[in-house]
Amino acid sequence: MAAVRALRHPQSGELLDESLVLRFDSPASSTGEDVVEFQCHGGRAVVAAVLDALTSLDGFRIAEPGEFTRRAFENGRIDLTEAEGLADLIEAETESQRKAALALAEGGLKKQIAAWQDRLLGFSAEAERAIDYDEADEAVDTALQRECAELAEELSEWLDRPGVERLKDGVRVVVAGPPNAGKSSLLNAIAGEERAIVTDIPGTTRDHIEVPLSLGGVPILLTDTAGLRDSADRVEAIGVERASRLVEAADVLIWLGEPNQAPDQAGVIKVHSKSDLPERNGALEGSLVVSSVTGAGIAELVGRIEALARRSLPAEDAIPLNRRQSAQLGAAAEALREASAAKDVILLAEHLRRARGGFDRLTGRAGVEDVLDSLFSRFCLGK
Amino acid sequence: MHDVLVIGAGHAGCEAAAAAARRGARVGLLTFRAEDVGQMSCNPSIGGVGKGHLVRELDVFDGMMARAADRAAIHRRMLNRSKGPAVWGPRVQADRKLYRTAIGDLLRESGVEVVAAEALSLIVAGGRVSGVETAAGKLRSRAVVIATGTFLDARMFVGERVLEGGRRGERASIALAEQIRSVGLGQGRLKTGTPPRLDGRTVDWVRLEEQPSDADAWAMSALCDGATPPQLRCAITRTNARTHEIIQANFDRSPLFAGAIEGRGPRYCPSIEDKVRRFADRDAHQIFLEPEGLGDHVVYPNGISTSLPTDVQEQFVRSVAGLERVEIVRPGYAVEYEFVDPRRLNQTLEVRDIQGLFLAGQINGTTGYEEAAAQGLAAGLNAAAAALDLNELRFDRRSSYIGVMIDDLTLQGVTEPYRMMTARAEYRLALRADNATTRLGQAALLAGCVSERRREQIESRLSLRTSSGWCETEEGRADALYRPYLERQEREWEVVRRDSSVWIPSSLDYAVVPGLSNEMVERLTSARPETLDQASRVSGVTPAALSALYVAVSKRAAA
Repeated sequence: MAAVRALRHPQSGELLDESLVLRFDSPASSTGEDVVEFQCHGGRAVVAAVLDALTSLDGFRIAEPGEFTRRAFENGRIDLTEAEGLADLIEAETESQRKAALALAEGGLKKQIAAWQDRLLGFSAEAERAIDYDEADEAVDTALQRECAELAEELSEWLDRPGVERLKDGVRVVVAGPPNAGKSSLLNAIAGEERAIVTDIPGTTRDHIEVPLSLGGVPILLTDTAGLRDSADRVEAIGVERASRLVEAADVLIWLGEPNQAPDQAGVIKVHSKSDLPERNGALEGSLVVSSVTGAGIAELVGRIEALARRSLPAEDAIPLNRRQSAQLGAAAEALREASAAKDVILLAEHLRRARGGFDRLTGRAGVEDVLDSLFSRFCLGK
Repeated sequence: MHDVLVIGAGHAGCEAAAAAARRGARVGLLTFRAEDVGQMSCNPSIGGVGKGHLVRELDVFDGMMARAADRAAIHRRMLNRSKGPAVWGPRVQADRKLYRTAIGDLLRESGVEVVAAEALSLIVAGGRVSGVETAAGKLRSRAVVIATGTFLDARMFVGERVLEGGRRGERASIALAEQIRSVGLGQGRLKTGTPPRLDGRTVDWVRLEEQPSDADAWAMSALCDGATPPQLRCAITRTNARTHEIIQANFDRSPLFAGAIEGRGPRYCPSIEDKVRRFADRDAHQIFLEPEGLGDHVVYPNGISTSLPTDVQEQFVRSVAGLERVEIVRPGYAVEYEFVDPRRLNQTLEVRDIQGLFLAGQINGTTGYEEAAAQGLAAGLNAAAAALDLNELRFDRRSSYIGVMIDDLTLQGVTEPYRMMTARAEYRLALRADNATTRLGQAALLAGCVSERRREQIESRLSLRTSSGWCETEEGRADALYRPYLERQEREWEVVRRDSSVWIPSSLDYAVVPGLSNEMVERLTSARPETLDQASRVSGVTPAALSALYVAVSKRAAA
């Protein structure tokens, strides 16, 4: 039921807002309880005033982090993987984040897990048959071991796919190179605002600076690093060491140094910076010519970053895994690999049992408390 | 006045009676006929994969089955020898007469009084059992164990003929079945079957593949005194296309397929007509020819239990290599019997709603001598505890197959006859036939149910574990082989222990737990798990249901 209503302060009677008010009756509401939603006009002052008025009433309080989802779960409206999807949905900030979270919330992962579990159960059944019913003492069934290896491989493929973390934390785009190569200026040019301090003094950026951005709907964490050089300054040296680690972990690396000194890794964009300066004429083949001052080449650079970054994201129709899910699937894959190499059928069956345990924990069958703890501690806000 | 009365003197009843007596109870054992005590009514073998584990565990508590099997053994085989010690299955062929004699002797030593009278009804007042009404009058007791096996309202099927009775030539317990139904314990019917018995003198042994007895001397019991009777040979043969044709042509004459038998049979030990119908692509099924005794020419053809009419049995048996001229001594038959939903029992095998009443054996939906005997042990020890106010004994699935079985039965119930398989034990690497004393010795000593000789054996075994020579023993080598896996399992137990500490109040109304479907409510209400860990093992209970249950229980605890 929906209606437009005037919201007034319960004590002063003062008009707070003309708001759309929606009533959802239990048990068909999102949490399974009676829910009333106020859709106020934007503006923090209006929202703050309404919240203020509500919390002044007896028995009203602000929801705790994750409370609405927890209530929906407690009332049996959603299951665990769906709840996790919902948690991601709430945190989603970009379009691809939203789609991935929706796939999870709709139970896509649940179906895939059920299919894997089914195959795994088949393997176990086969091993158990050999143990309890095969009078003939035979060697380990190599066909079964091959199937175990295949399933392990399939799980590994999923595990190798970009995880949901990139969607939530952003693709790691790192600007690196020697001191005074113009890294901070470039960061500011890409971000379109003054985020990093720029001077002519080499070594100005001592620690890294992170700027979250959305490029064409792709969530990005753009990072400026300290210039890579040997430094006697202890603070700068720590910054340099950090920069090296960031470079290694980068999904996309914007390299401002000599092209032939660029780190050997995937996703490197070699940039010839400061092209507005006369002494910087004559870029080498394969480097993108860019000037943070004139803006030359910036649009193309942004386009290339976006294209590379998109590859680090789960495909839009794929179901990305979160850390907890990856850990349990990884354990199952490891157990399956051991099963495929087991020396006798008893140990083969034991590894399969462990693999089943990984799936059980994934779906919340075992270690119930662990799963719930890990899930509900992730919520950063009430619905 | 007895402390404990046991109804039924099969494997479950005899073990229950003797176990209660070993704890100091005055025990009466009720049976139709005294001469039937300790009868092996089906195959003449004891043990096997999973079952052998149960026998070894029973032995630690001074149960009789292992010692009787050793005294009666005429053929021994350690099954699964090439597959790793965790699943080695000790199995012996036992001479029927010697076995019955051995059980009779051991029972007498235990001081159990055998009473030959039909049990007509239980005397129950105020939710407590206080004795048994028998054909020979009222008998009073503090606790009662019902171990009537297949005899509850049993019917036998040989082709189109239907007979009342739980074993050939014997009666059924009809009056008692009615009462058990009237107190709401009856659940449904199950079926089991036997093969035709053959005259060994008409078997063409020389043409058949011989299955020799093991050369090395191992025993079922840790207290074997080495008295092994002469060893016999068994043989293997196979059914063939002709056999299957004969059986297929007579499907309509099988009570199984004609609909006369409603009870469900075990999927893992099907009758030959079941095998032929369900595995139509298999061109042969193995038959193990097992002599029933030394001075006996009867042979038990393991693998072809059937309820087809006698003339069809004769025809198909004679189509098998080596059996062309065989004579059938007794035709095979199917038995259909009533069983009780074991989810009505708690883990001591006591009926939840009737104090002092225990159920053991096939009545709880199991199949097999070993399964029956192991339940008999648990029921007997706990019946004595109830009668004499001693500590009860709960078997844990992490330390014994007996625990696995009782946990499965009382939590999950049965839909087909329950048989022990090593696949049922998730901690299989730790539960081996070779380490029963290590696992259960201390519990047996604490229960106060073992002889002086057994106590010494247990103590010396446990102290041997700490000696330097341990790693040279068979058990020590198996320990070493599985150590990394066992350590990992130990860590898993931690999680189980934690879920075990989440208690579900017995008063919990599952119907009002948010998020439980009607099906889950029904399953959990029937199983009544005591902890979250137990709930996680109730069959068909989904992860979502478990989460909902966990949340509901912790909410209650917080409230």
